Amino acid sequence: MLRYTLLRVLGAIPTLLLVIALAFLMVHAAPGGPFDDERALPPDVEANIQRAYHLDEPLPKQFVRYLGGLLRGDLGPSYRYRDYTVSELISTAFPLSMRLGALAMALAIVAGVTAGTIAALRQDSYVDRCIMALSMTGISVPVFVFAPVFVLLFAVKLQWLPAGWSSTSGVSRFVLPVITLALPQIAYIARLTRASMIDVLGSDFVRTARAQGLGTLTVVRLHALRPAMLPVLSYMGPAIAAILTGSVVVEEIFGIPGLGQFFVRGALNRDYTLVLGIVVFYATLIVSLNLIVDVLYGVIDPRVRYR
Amino acid sequence: MKLRLPRLLLAFISIFVVFGCSQESPDAGVVLQRGLPADPESLDHHKARSTQAADVLRDIGEGLVAYSATGELVPAAAERWEISADRLSYTFYLRPDARWSNGEAVTAAHFVSGLRRLVSPATAAFYANLLQAVVNASDIVAGDKPPESLGVEVVDDLTLKVRLERPTPYILSLFSHPGTFPLHPGSFVEHGDGFARPGNLVSNGAFVLDAWVPGSIIALRRNEQYWNNENTALDGVNYHVIVQDVAELNRYRAGELHVTSTVPPDNFAELKVHFGSELRIAPYLGLYYYGFNLTRPPFKDKPGLRQALSMAIDRDMLAENIIGRGEAPAYSWVHPGVNNYKPTVLSFTALTQDERNKSARRLYKEAGYSEENPLRFELRYNTSDTNKKIAVAIQSMWNEVLGAEATLVNEEFQVLLANMRDAEITQVFRSSWIGDYDDAHTFLSVLQAGSETNMPRYASDEYELQMRRAAEQPDLDRRRLYLEEAERVMLADHPVIPLYFYVSKHLVSPEVRGWGDNVLDYHYSQHLSLGATE
Repeated sequence: MLRYTLLRVLGAIPTLLLVIALAFLMVHAAPGGPFDDERALPPDVEANIQRAYHLDEPLPKQFVRYLGGLLRGDLGPSYRYRDYTVSELISTAFPLSMRLGALAMALAIVAGVTAGTIAALRQDSYVDRCIMALSMTGISVPVFVFAPVFVLLFAVKLQWLPAGWSSTSGVSRFVLPVITLALPQIAYIARLTRASMIDVLGSDFVRTARAQGLGTLTVVRLHALRPAMLPVLSYMGPAIAAILTGSVVVEEIFGIPGLGQFFVRGALNRDYTLVLGIVVFYATLIVSLNLIVDVLYGVIDPRVRYR
Repeated sequence: MKLRLPRLLLAFISIFVVFGCSQESPDAGVVLQRGLPADPESLDHHKARSTQAADVLRDIGEGLVAYSATGELVPAAAERWEISADRLSYTFYLRPDARWSNGEAVTAAHFVSGLRRLVSPATAAFYANLLQAVVNASDIVAGDKPPESLGVEVVDDLTLKVRLERPTPYILSLFSHPGTFPLHPGSFVEHGDGFARPGNLVSNGAFVLDAWVPGSIIALRRNEQYWNNENTALDGVNYHVIVQDVAELNRYRAGELHVTSTVPPDNFAELKVHFGSELRIAPYLGLYYYGFNLTRPPFKDKPGLRQALSMAIDRDMLAENIIGRGEAPAYSWVHPGVNNYKPTVLSFTALTQDERNKSARRLYKEAGYSEENPLRFELRYNTSDTNKKIAVAIQSMWNEVLGAEATLVNEEFQVLLANMRDAEITQVFRSSWIGDYDDAHTFLSVLQAGSETNMPRYASDEYELQMRRAAEQPDLDRRRLYLEEAERVMLADHPVIPLYFYVSKHLVSPEVRGWGDNVLDYHYSQHLSLGATE
């Protein structure tokens, strides 16, 4: 067991190295540099800046320097945020993105499953049609359209909620971003739930339960919901990915200082270290999650253990 | 099996409550809410670069001089100064009551250490060349002399002497630039390069840094120690970082901002009607232009052809109908609003557009092009809606008037910059220049040979000669004539096509008092206050 874990950890290192090397090459291959501007720098000044950030060294040397920093857990200074290190930026931005994503995910599941179940119970009624029509809208209209519309409606017209993240420090600033982020997922989960719920409701064990005189709600709660949730569960992976990518747009529109915004801005500003740092961070996160899952698999399923 | 849903719901709500309430910052007193188009690179005044960084720095720091709300140079940390007859020596007398935010006095030594750090190669300051005119500054930046040899000296605690290599009339205005602000030696010794971070920063302006959440907000509060604190109306300023102009507009409309950093380009006419006097449009010291790559065909050594393309553009139509935000069509390179200067204009300025088109066609033919043999070239611009609109309009003007076929190439900003710099594949490119100080030199120096900002690679001995004469001339009126002549020489060569002069655009809430329009677009928060709407 220990040996297996150890081997897997060792196996993850080349993967990470490859990701880092590729990312490093790609950010440096992009035309322009972090300090280019319409107001071009005088040569002496530019040389001083390049030297300060070791950008005057040959690429292989820069790469080795970067790896050396990584080994010490140092992701380097940000080129664009000269007062901050990349680690500092990630450590404040990631928890925020996570919180936003988790809230959106939770909302998507709760609202999606509820709506889907109601639609399934009232199959072909106007309630069902309404829910399905709404969910179709939710799937087809992109986040970057919903967000400004919500802002116009709830922040500008009704003034119930803040339009921007930094305008308040209360809970209310979470509402619009979370709803915007969750909306497409609510819609998708509602459709999934409805389909599988209809399926389950027509099955023998549900009919038996009903024949025993149980009410609809009880039948759904005790018997139908769990099997009907299976397709929803298998959709969780893609849903997390969708929320991750959606957060980039939502963070930008609402001005939320999350990881998505830093990643996009970093790429546009050629903030090499920031982009690399976020890539390395995500790669490490994904590789370790996979590792943990694999190791847990070994714990659960003895057949996997010594492969 | 028990029901899972309520539990999930409960979990959801509790996450919301626990995380949502975690941050509470009390907004004390009268706080101005301003939009900021991006984060500053740094609040270390030597490492900052962008205009938004300078905006924030002018609130938290103070130089020897500053600008009033309407753009006049006024005494700041220095209460007065003397200029020697040869204009090579400036003596500044600091106010005895100037204080750092920790109560210590601001002395001449603090200015000297700030200026030395600015030019020191180890600092790697973007604006290291700001004070080129000061004795030894360029050599220090190049690493040939130690920072201590800079031509600034402490006469006594409250007197500072600056020596120049050549008379530089605009030098005074440079002492309002954040790059020249003093350095608090105590906090620099204690925190090193991290001295400007929230919690460490000791500053000498009307406000002090309270918090900075990158990508979100910079919160400033009143500096109780500031010498002019009793005339500072605001208790705090929040700069909200909002990258998208539409998002900023929405936040203004939702009442979350008092002042925006810009106004979205679309539906401008509608915004004008809707916001009325809240919309503040004012001339701004910036120029939007197209440049020719003078090192490669088809534009190398073809001033006539370049002139034809320049003449065929209906600038008035462009400014009024295509952009339409009050921009002035540009017939000169230097902004008409600069101090002590009368821009020379392009030779064809007095003609009507029809007459210009006629001459343009003639020049185009003389350059060897015709309907059968049209000029084909690429016009590069960085991706943006406004740039695209302008490029499409000009493309069709060139085609209609001359029959020239321009291919539009839009590139990401950094890519375009790299291409302009290489001057290999560019033919015509879009660029702009924002003046650093209120003097013609800030525009004319852009096109000097050897200047890294000279993207067209313009080279003219006559131009250099006039520029050199101007640089050595202590008499302001005669200097002006040399500069005007330099501009005339350059415009006749058509290395660039000036298109329009920028305007600054802000939405300013009726509650805000003390707002003044100025060409530099500087709006110190200490000049502003909030009052009830009438």
